[in-house]
Amino acid sequence: MIEFTDISKTYRVAKRQAGMKHAVASFFSREYSEIHALQNVSFSIDDGEMVGYIGPNGAGKSTTIKIMCGILTPDAGTCVVNGRIPYRERVRHVREIGVVFGQRSQLWWDVPVMDSFDLIRDIYRVDEALYRKNVAELTELLELGELLKTPVRTLSLGQRMRCEIAASLLHDPKVLFLDEPTIGLDAVSKLAVRAFIRRLNEEKKTTVVLTTHDMQDIEALTERVLLIGRGSILSDGRLEDLKKRIPERKTMVIEYQGAPPALHPKMTQAEHPSDGRMTVRFDPSRLSVSTAIAHFAAHTTLLDVSVSDISTEEMVAKLYQEYRL
Amino acid sequence: MVIAMKLYWNYFLMELKSQMQYKASFFLTALGQFITAFTTFFGIRFLFDRIHGVDRFTYGQVLLCFAVIMMSFALGEMAGGGLAVFPDLLREGELDRILVRPRSILLQIVMPNMDFSRLGLLAQALLVLCAAIPASKVAWTPEKALVLLLMVLCGSVIFFCLFLLVASVAFFTLQSFEFLNIFTYGMRDFGRYPLSVYGEEMLKLLTFVIPLALIQYYPLLYLLDQAEGIRYAAAPLFSLLFVLPSAALYRLGVRNYKSAGS
Amino acid sequence: MKAEMNVYVSMFRIRFAHNLQYRSAVLGAILKGYLWAMMEVLGYLAIYRTGGGALPMEFSATASYVWAHQSFLVLFSVVFADSEIYSAIRSGAVVYDLARPVGLYGKWFCQSASNRLSFALVNCLPVLLLGAVTPKPYGLILPSVTQLAFFVVSALLAFCVTVAVAMLMYVSLFYFISQRGIRIIVRVVTSFFSGGVIPLLFFPKPLQRVIRVLPFAAMQNMPLQIFCGTIRGTNAAKGIVFQMFWLLILILAGSAAMKTATKKVVSLGG
Repeated sequence: MIEFTDISKTYRVAKRQAGMKHAVASFFSREYSEIHALQNVSFSIDDGEMVGYIGPNGAGKSTTIKIMCGILTPDAGTCVVNGRIPYRERVRHVREIGVVFGQRSQLWWDVPVMDSFDLIRDIYRVDEALYRKNVAELTELLELGELLKTPVRTLSLGQRMRCEIAASLLHDPKVLFLDEPTIGLDAVSKLAVRAFIRRLNEEKKTTVVLTTHDMQDIEALTERVLLIGRGSILSDGRLEDLKKRIPERKTMVIEYQGAPPALHPKMTQAEHPSDGRMTVRFDPSRLSVSTAIAHFAAHTTLLDVSVSDISTEEMVAKLYQEYRL
Repeated sequence: MVIAMKLYWNYFLMELKSQMQYKASFFLTALGQFITAFTTFFGIRFLFDRIHGVDRFTYGQVLLCFAVIMMSFALGEMAGGGLAVFPDLLREGELDRILVRPRSILLQIVMPNMDFSRLGLLAQALLVLCAAIPASKVAWTPEKALVLLLMVLCGSVIFFCLFLLVASVAFFTLQSFEFLNIFTYGMRDFGRYPLSVYGEEMLKLLTFVIPLALIQYYPLLYLLDQAEGIRYAAAPLFSLLFVLPSAALYRLGVRNYKSAGS
Repeated sequence: MKAEMNVYVSMFRIRFAHNLQYRSAVLGAILKGYLWAMMEVLGYLAIYRTGGGALPMEFSATASYVWAHQSFLVLFSVVFADSEIYSAIRSGAVVYDLARPVGLYGKWFCQSASNRLSFALVNCLPVLLLGAVTPKPYGLILPSVTQLAFFVVSALLAFCVTVAVAMLMYVSLFYFISQRGIRIIVRVVTSFFSGGVIPLLFFPKPLQRVIRVLPFAAMQNMPLQIFCGTIRGTNAAKGIVFQMFWLLILILAGSAAMKTATKKVVSLGG
């Protein structure tokens, strides 16, 4: 479905320094620096897969998405989506993909949502019967109902995003690119959007590529995660496998009576003990959970114990740290 | 083809609907355009109150020039003026949205950015034309009427191309240059006199580089019976060659955007 | 007061550096000013060739007028890209400005003055210089030292009058929704009646009598006429007093109108 082979992309940017002197100097001569947005990036995504694409800001996420959408031409390498090279056959390519840029709107600001939908139907030349069916379906699933008669400018962010997603699916795309679809949404809207995307992937087998900073999106939606940093793919695999790369991934919170107990040598303290609570971390392959509990049971009067895996947020933060991103 | 036309008609209606949401604003802007054209007109009027012609052209004939250029400009700008949003589209990444739609990029920018308040300018230009048609003392024939129509129509194409050229520069610079206004608004202002008044060299420049003289000076000579022959009458048609370099720069720009990003 | 001034000075410095950054834009603006003036001069040359005797200005004066007009275009235009101010009014963010301990009139006045000045400093003088080195009859003729002194004073006043008129326009934007429409109308009216389309001397006599006393005549008209020598000596001094008179009135009217308008904003709760 999507083949990304040895893609590289470099931007040239003028250097700028602060200060009057530099402003005058750079008027006459200017220096440029190169930014390697992508360096030999390769991966492939199968039909019907749902992939999360994560990395810090400026890592190359949006460059990748733009290449897959046909907006950017790479400097080297080839990208094939649906058997086509997106940046060569733009018009034919984009007819089969849907794109949602979370930060931008594709709807016309001043007119009711339905008018925008009608225009998008014309843009993609969607067959009238199919269009009616899709609108009915999307209206039901995304609970658009009354929203369709409302001008976009009066919609809340969550309502607008639901309409945006519907708008990008009116033409039954085979691939859906979602660039930060839940940014700025409230909790209820986020849940609704996630549930819908999952259903779309399951029922219509639409391939979904999702970039996000919200790790709950990733947890809720994707099996497979691509981690990109400084222009290269750093890891590609299941979320659980990624977690295993973090050694100290178990967190244990205990409540005790009396003085704080001593730590087991294979534990580290995560938070300072206070009010009879203590949080520690350890690597489950070196110290089993039962040994850890037994250790505390032997050294203090335990009132409560809870053990959890490292959260995805923390995991990603650790990975970024590890790769110095 | 029919479906495509329908799409752009819908685009057009959508935009009209949006602009009509702010009726007061729309009419105020149109009024502004109307007055703008009027001050330019009075600028000419007051000068020609004191003198009675420029070179071998009378006041009425200058008015004819002015009306043709104004109408061309009004039509060309109504369609192409919106391209001035180009640098913003590029900087804010809105062009990406356009690129992921299976339609002509240019029409996707032009149609939603149509500016109907230019009708104010067009209305004024029409008024001046009505005054100029008798005042220019042209011995009107059907052929001459056709040439006049060609002047206006080809002129609007030229102005549209000028707006396109100016906008395309933004592909390489990501910002608009005030300098380039000389090719759009400047041409409108300079076109108020028959272009020969600016001298031989300038006339050549305005024939072979920016073919404004082909829709103004040469066909005007034909209308005034100062020159004969199909060359003069059909000059506006030759000006259409200007579409080629404009389209080429635009295409180059799109290619550059796709390889450089923003 | 001093601290406040420093804010404006550093705002100006940032703006100036910002304008320099786009060197091609700067060079382009200079070239545009030059070409535009040149074309206008050529047009006038043709007119003078045909019937120049009937016009109330010598050709050399008209040429100087055109050059100076093009050079100081930005300095003397009421409508300029004061985007911060427009968006503050449009978005209602102006309520935050009102909460600050700086008078809004003074702040905006300085802001729009510095916007124009920082732009003009980069672009203006080169065009004027180019005009001065352009050979006769196309180029401009530099005025005498006395006239030049009058010009500097008058230009400064015209600049302030221009900004003061712009301030009145900003106030009107509190009441009108259509910024674009207002801007177009204000631009064209102020430009026409201040000699931006043709010098006021070319207007019909009866009309001139009225226009000469309007505030628009205190804008670019005065310094440009002093520059090209159609207003000299005592008349120039009188003109400067006339400009001061209008500047005072406009600032008083502007700040009073601003007070009323901002009261409306505050009572509406932004």
